[in-house]
Order: sequence, then structure tokens, then C-alpha cells
Amino acid sequence: MQTVKMVVTGPFAAGKTCFINSVSEIDVVSTERKISSEAERIKETTTVAMDFGRITVDDDLVLYIFGTPGQKRFDFMWEILSEGMLGFIVVVDSTRPETFREAKGILHTFRAYAPTPYVVAANKQYLPDAWTVDDLRIALKLDRNIKMLPCVATDKESVKGVLLELLYSILEEMKAG
Amino acid sequence: MALKGNLRDFSVAQLFNLINLARKTGTLTLEGPDQAAWVSFREGKLIYAQLGSEDGTLTGVLAKAGKLTPRQAKLIKTHAPDKSDQELGLMLINAGYLSQKEILASIRQYVLDIVFQLFTWTDGYFRFDGDVLPPDDRITIRIDLENIIIEGSRRVQELEQLREEIPNLDMALDFVDRPGANIRDVNLNVEEWKVVSYINPKNTIRQIAKANKMSELQIRRIVYGLLQAGLVEIVRPEGMPLPPQAQRIQPLDRQEGASLVNRLIQRIRSL
Ligand SMILES: Nc1nc2c(ncn2[C@@H]2O[C@H](COP(=O)(O)OP(=O)(O)OP(=O)(O)O)[C@@H](O)[C@H]2O)c(=O)[nH]1
Ligand SMILES: [Mg+2]
Repeated sequence: MQTVKMVVTGPFAAGKTCFINSVSEIDVVSTERKISSEAERIKETTTVAMDFGRITVDDDLVLYIFGTPGQKRFDFMWEILSEGMLGFIVVVDSTRPETFREAKGILHTFRAYAPTPYVVAANKQYLPDAWTVDDLRIALKLDRNIKMLPCVATDKESVKGVLLELLYSILEEMKAG
Repeated sequence: MALKGNLRDFSVAQLFNLINLARKTGTLTLEGPDQAAWVSFREGKLIYAQLGSEDGTLTGVLAKAGKLTPRQAKLIKTHAPDKSDQELGLMLINAGYLSQKEILASIRQYVLDIVFQLFTWTDGYFRFDGDVLPPDDRITIRIDLENIIIEGSRRVQELEQLREEIPNLDMALDFVDRPGANIRDVNLNVEEWKVVSYINPKNTIRQIAKANKMSELQIRRIVYGLLQAGLVEIVRPEGMPLPPQAQRIQPLDRQEGASLVNRLIQRIRSL
């Protein structure tokens, strides 16, 4: 039995847990806690250690999808989670510019851990305050060759689309490399 | 479509960069500490700026630049109140009082003075409106944003840089174990010594700051200095648990990799 993994990362409340939940065949094994800090109380719970989803491919291949905790004080987990990953997805809440700087930082940190392919999911794209994909690309200083994909983390088809784009990038890099 | 937010999260430099790269046309409204400002752009070039209730008419601009005396400015205001800036400009040029070059240089300086001030605004609401441009009668200029961004950024870089250098205050510090890196040989000031005395893999940077009643900027400055001097390094705090699922997974060889990725693709398509 072989296991491979992908990592879903991004700032606090970007939609990482929802993203994994939309495609995982098991309920996401999530370490959610009630939020105690006032500053971060824009929702009720947050992921504290990681999310853990699974997609069984066939009898001898399983894909694990790990979600990182979004709160800064847990980012010592990132290095551990990113070890050996096939690629990663950075989820960004398109409606919250206050998180873009952090998203950029996360992106660079993960890049440093492992030079694997990645894509950026511009989540909550259809909310009225969402920044456009083009503006987001500039805000995040994203290279032209990195895919930035509009996304709705609560929608399975949308999440599938993002995962597939990442896999296409991985495949391309394998062929090129 | 929305391009709005707070300068805390998306700085003036970042906004200008976005406007430049996206070649935007319109007006950026910024709400600063005690007044608002409006900066207009055409196809990503800076064309106009207005600060609070300052007199941004040509008369006001030339008075500020010292090209008109306050008395002259007042005379123009009373005798030609309805003249547009463009008409007034032509009048001054035809009268041989000022050259076109001088007028444009004064406007340029006026706009730049405002814009550089804005870079120090690090908190406040902003909004970009694509359909708003300065009043028709104003003389607009055309300045590339790149140099403005560079110059303006110098003025606000410090904290931002420090945050990037030290992204996480919940990490701990430890002394570097390297010949020649002896903390006792270095000249440290009192504040630095206070920090050094708490350095230990058990204490997070945040805890050290708290113990010394230091602000975020203070602790970051000191830690940055110690890091740069090669005296300390950032380490994961002792006693942090590792998750069971996060074992090492073997990297793939390429041939096997491609077939594996294809299987994943098939599977996800079929979900
Ligand atoms: N409208 C909308 N809401 C979304 C979408 N994705 C996530 N949300 C909401 O955004 C909030 C945050 O989602 P989570 O999945 O908990 O975010 P997270 O990234 O796991 O958050 P942390 O673990 O705390 O970092 C929740 O209230 C979700 O219901 C989306 O695509 N559209
Ligand atoms: Mg979560």
C-alpha cells in the first residue's frame, strides 16, 4: 500500500477545512477548538493541529490531504506536514485583504520547505466583496506560471477542479524535470 | 470588483503596485489619521492628488511652490474666481510670468509631496473607484509609479521587514554553537542584555518580550540584530508534540510518479 499526500494551507479562516471536507471520503479528522481569542473570533472554531482527509484511489494507493492550522502560533507544524508532499494548495479568502500578506508569507515558507508544485485557490470568489483573481494575483506577487484558480471551498466540483489543476502541474513538472 | 480594505493589511506601496501593474484608471480614496486623501491614476500612471481640504487649485499649488506670493494668489482668487486651472495656466504663460515647464514642475512637486506623505499612513480605510477622475478643469500630470513606490517604501519598511525576517514570535531562541560566536565578546546595550538573559529553547520570543515589557517592534529589532550577528538562531520551542500522522513519506521516482499521478487524476475526476 502506497500513500501520497498533499497539503492545503492558507491563512486563518480561509476555508481550508471546508476545502478538504468537500472531497474527503472520511469525515475530516480535524482538531477543531472553540476560539478563545477575541481578535480571531470571526467564526466559532478553528483548526489547531491539522485537518486530515483521505481519498482512496485503489487497492494500493491512498491520497491523504492534510490541512494546516491557520493561526500563526501553530506554524511550527508546517514543516512537519509538508515533508514528502506531492504538492500544495494555498487557500486565500478573496474577501479579506487583511490576510493577503500572511498568505504571501505562508506561500514563501512552504516554497522553502519543499520545491514542489503548488496552486493558489482564490476562495469565496462569488461573495460580493471578493477581489478579482487578477487583482489577487498581483497582491500576492504570484509568478505568471503559477495557477490562480477561482474557488468555492464548499462546492465539491470546484474543489475537484483545483485538485486536478494541481495534479496537472505536478505531472507537467515530472515530465519536464 | 471590490478593491477596498484597510491599509493595515494592504499598504499604500502595495496598492500603488497593483494599480501600476493592472494599469488601472480611477481614484483611490484613503482615510488617514486625521484627514482623507484622493489620488487619481490613468492607465497606471499617477496624474493627480488631493489632500484633505488643502487648496489644490493651480493658484494654491503655485502659492505653495513659492511661484506666486500670497498676495498674488489672493488677487487671482478675487479677480478671476471662475477661471479654470487650464485657463489660468495659459494666462500666466501668455503673460510671460511663468513657463509651462515651471507650472508642470510645481504641480508635479505638489502631487509627490502628498503622495509620499501617504506612505506613512499604515492604518485606515481605502477604496478604489474606477469611474472617478479629478475635476475636468484641473491640470493633470503623468508620473510613473515605480520610482514613487521605491522612494515611498523606504519610509515604512522597517516593521514590515522585521515581520518577514521573524515571522513567528512563538518560536524560541538558542545560542549558536559556533567557534567565535561568543555572546560575551559582543558589546550589547542594556535592552539587548535583558533579552539575552532569557534566551533558552523553552522561552518563546513572545514570552521574552512579555517578561521585559517590550513592544513587538522593540523585541523584533533586538532579535533581528542578534540573528544578523550570528549569535542566536530560531528554534522550535521545546516540548511541542509531533502529530502521529505526519510520518515521513518516501519521495517518488519519476517514471512511477507519472503513472501514480495519472491514477490520482482519474480517481479525482470520478469523485
Ligand atoms: N461563502 C463561502 N463561505 C466559505 C467558503 N469556504 C469556506 N467558507 C466559510 O468560511 C469560514 C472558514 O472556513 P474553514 O474551512 O473553517 O476555514 P479554515 O481555513 O479551516 O480555518 P482555520 O482552521 O481556522 O484556519 C467558515 O465559516 C466557512 O463556512 C466559500 O467558498 N464560500
Ligand atoms: Mg480549519
